[in-house]
Amino acid sequence: MTGNFVGTGAIFRRELAAYFATPVAYVFIVGFLLLAGVSTFYVGGLLERGQADLRPFFQSHPWLYVVLMPAVAMRLWAEERRAGTIELLLTLPVDLGAVVVGKFLAAWAFTAVALALTAPVWLTVNALGHPDNGVALAGYVGSLLMAGGYLAVCGALSALTRNQVVAFVLGVVACLLLTVAGSPIVLDAVAGWAPRALIDAVAGFSVLTRFAAIMDGVIDLRDVVFFASLIALALFANALVVDLRKGVG
Amino acid sequence: MAMILIENLVKRFGAFAAVDGIGFAVERGTVLGFLGPNGAGKSTTMKMITGFLPPTSGRVRVCGHDVQAEPLAVKRRIGYLPEGAPTYPDMTPLAFLEFVARVRGLKGRAAIDRAVGRTDLGAVLHQPIDTLSKGYRRRVGLAQAILHDPDVLILDEPTDGLDPNQKHEVRRLIRAMAADKAIILSTHILEEVEAVCTRALIIGRGKVLAEGAPDGASWRFGDLEAPPGGLDALFRRVTLGEAV
Repeated sequence: MTGNFVGTGAIFRRELAAYFATPVAYVFIVGFLLLAGVSTFYVGGLLERGQADLRPFFQSHPWLYVVLMPAVAMRLWAEERRAGTIELLLTLPVDLGAVVVGKFLAAWAFTAVALALTAPVWLTVNALGHPDNGVALAGYVGSLLMAGGYLAVCGALSALTRNQVVAFVLGVVACLLLTVAGSPIVLDAVAGWAPRALIDAVAGFSVLTRFAAIMDGVIDLRDVVFFASLIALALFANALVVDLRKGVG
Repeated sequence: MAMILIENLVKRFGAFAAVDGIGFAVERGTVLGFLGPNGAGKSTTMKMITGFLPPTSGRVRVCGHDVQAEPLAVKRRIGYLPEGAPTYPDMTPLAFLEFVARVRGLKGRAAIDRAVGRTDLGAVLHQPIDTLSKGYRRRVGLAQAILHDPDVLILDEPTDGLDPNQKHEVRRLIRAMAADKAIILSTHILEEVEAVCTRALIIGRGKVLAEGAPDGASWRFGDLEAPPGGLDALFRRVTLGEAV
């Protein structure tokens, strides 16, 4: 087991370094901070609403992540398949599971770095008033959990193709479906014919609903379990897809 | 004991049998050449030996370990250069070798220094791999394959695309390592067989068509004999059925 753990650590380090080896990481981080800033201060009106809290900041996150998490995860497997390095990687003495987890953790850690760089928003609110920093912390934890769920799903989709653009588009569609599962658009479409239990099940998949509760400062164990299960399920699917499709060019 | 033992190996992609009942054994000290036209099943066989692709049926044993039952034990004992020598272009050779060393659980710099010395990579250790020439990239792939001083080396077209001097260097390296390893290499260059191999298999349509070894200055494949430099005529005869 120790050998497998060493493998995960090495893969995590390589993947994280790969983000910063090209300008992609910096472009992504600047883009994320700009979009987060615009949606917080202009769309959310953080300064005008006269309340010292981070709600305008966090409420844009599900929508930002629909576009940005596929961008972080799209190269994870598609690039290995395009370059042929997948053959090198999967003939090293590591379990496939260890590789999948190492890659996912690197993408998640990179996202955490980008999220940590939004600290000036939090500092601004603290300078202007007295926000409930427990609620702010809950927002950050929830945002990171949500990002992890999206990243795991997009990582699995990245293993389906050797084309990063295809991986990105698939990721956006999947993240969008996850985000809006509980919104009236989806629920109204289901409500006409489906039994109550199915409607509740579909609504239960909504990241938006769950994240709304977390933004209020309530980290419900059920929400944590939901995101953890989503991540675990997507990583399992990821390993399965890699295994089934590795012989396909 | 055979270091590599292949029994009745089959790989089907749908109805197409890429490998159709190949079997052979490789002892320590052997350099076995895979010859064959494109699409003959050479690379697919290598992918199954290294545990990348699961066989449809048949068995692969490396140093006594079954590749299906104990994939990690097999992967620890094999050094593999996949076709085209894929590496991560944004890394430097040093970072790349450090990554492979960490995954393989090798501590310290000794293994990296030895592999870098053998493949003569010292001058380019800190340049991104995508800025290197084809010859250097191939050597980075080779360095990765020999990093853990494996008992078994699987090299898919190790000299493809290299200039004559680079080919000579790679062959010299393979000969130098041959004594205490079992090596399989695939090639389209028949003079390479004469230069480095101690045995050769001609593979076509997923089957072993002929097996040969040096016999004095010539090579003998069953009843057929190729004088020095005459392997290409024998190859055409075996793979196309042409008269010599």
